[in-house]
Amino acid sequence: MARKLSLRIWRGNQADGGLQNVTVDANEGEVVLDVIHRVQAEQMNDLAVRWNCKAGKCGSCSVEINGKPRLACMTQVSSFGDEETITITPLRAFPVIKDLVTDVSFNYKKAMEIPAFEPPVGMKPGEPRMQQIDVERSQEFRKCIECFLCQDTCHVIRDHEENKKSFAGPRFFIRIAELDMHPLDILRNRKKTAQEEHGLGMCNITKCCTEVCPEHIRITDNAIIPMKERVVDEKYDPLRWLGSKIRKREGML
Amino acid sequence: MATGVFSSTRAKISQRTLRTDKWWIQPLVIFSVLILFIIYATIRAFENGHYFAEPLISPFYSPCLSAACETGSSLLGQPFGIWKILGMTFSPALFILIFPLGFRMTCYYYRKSYYRSFWMSPPACAVAEPHATYTGETKAPLILQNAHRYFFYIGLVFNVLLTIDAILAFKDSKGHWGHMSVGTLVLLANATFLWLYSASCHTCRHTIGGRLRNFSKHPIRYKAWTIVSALNHKHQEFAWVSLLGVAFADFYVRSVSTHLFTNLYFF
Repeated sequence: MARKLSLRIWRGNQADGGLQNVTVDANEGEVVLDVIHRVQAEQMNDLAVRWNCKAGKCGSCSVEINGKPRLACMTQVSSFGDEETITITPLRAFPVIKDLVTDVSFNYKKAMEIPAFEPPVGMKPGEPRMQQIDVERSQEFRKCIECFLCQDTCHVIRDHEENKKSFAGPRFFIRIAELDMHPLDILRNRKKTAQEEHGLGMCNITKCCTEVCPEHIRITDNAIIPMKERVVDEKYDPLRWLGSKIRKREGML
Repeated sequence: MATGVFSSTRAKISQRTLRTDKWWIQPLVIFSVLILFIIYATIRAFENGHYFAEPLISPFYSPCLSAACETGSSLLGQPFGIWKILGMTFSPALFILIFPLGFRMTCYYYRKSYYRSFWMSPPACAVAEPHATYTGETKAPLILQNAHRYFFYIGLVFNVLLTIDAILAFKDSKGHWGHMSVGTLVLLANATFLWLYSASCHTCRHTIGGRLRNFSKHPIRYKAWTIVSALNHKHQEFAWVSLLGVAFADFYVRSVSTHLFTNLYFF
């Protein structure tokens, strides 16, 4: 059964903008992206919104709904009360382009700064074999749909624009963790660069990235904290450092 | 110059957050409970009394290492003499509390809690923090959070000692074995909660197997890692239960010591 839905949609660009009220019909079972499309079709023909799969798998329709970073296609209209006005804004951690569309190229630049998987020298295609228990850890991280909701909610860059140059963000910490935990990856400096170049130490593990992840990846517990512990192994633990020196000497003998 | 959500390139929205739920409740509750615990623990640490009621000893004072300790309360002897500062005896609790305090202060769960509720960095997700600059855990003093594993190791020693305290509580007040009281259950529960808190710790998870790259080459450590990982899901709950458990155990021993109520023996 259709209901009347009150929306406040942010419209504008970098120069100016504001929230505009609109009322629209919503049918049973619809999601916020459906009603945005109805507004676009019937009332605001030039409303800019990025979307693609409408199935929670492409990560395109990331917006903020009532102040929370969410996928518009995975947010049921029925989860809001009849009298509630739903506020929809673009992601507030990234530069706005127009209306609900933001420039997320920051993330692509950060992605390029992370060295790719480095297999053992001489390993040919088809040769690698891995046990399922070794694959499982990184499989969780491969579920990432790159919606960048975790990046958007991370206060390190959301609240401090100046940190963007030195902080990669949770999406890329799971990428680094995935590679560092990979049994066949031979790059050994991922922990050091995570701390010194990608800003792992700036994360204060407040877990907002985990809270907003639509794929329910346990970003903080399974990627960021394990990486922080691995960094401690290399940089801040004198006993581990001593142990590594002794083992090296044994290796020489 | 405006930064964060008020940066010039971002959508022009004047509010710090547009969240409509009661996001402030959780940090407020955590702030209140932690403050109450800190006040209670501080008073008790400086009280220097009512921490031993044979065979029960308060976890705030165990191990009791000072010559100022009450007779029979020193499990490991009394390596420290009676220290006096401004004419007041230095409480035995002050020799040891830095270690469990350090363990909890550097704990990954408590860090989340107090960064949010005390430092408001951020107060809640997608709620703009009030600070102009932010360097995270890259500089002193917060870089010391990386010492968490050392506090974890020391915490294990404390767990052993508090477990021994719980076992000693199977004595009666005259030192005879084979008895059990409500106090025994309180100390046993306290030790159990502390073990669960330690076993579910992120550092424990890393040490036991998380640092491995190849689980398949270490099947026993992998199995242990899966168990610790399951416990790690509940680390937050264990953190709270063990914190309240310590406070309650201390309160119980104090109450018995001051004869507020009698330690009821089952047998």
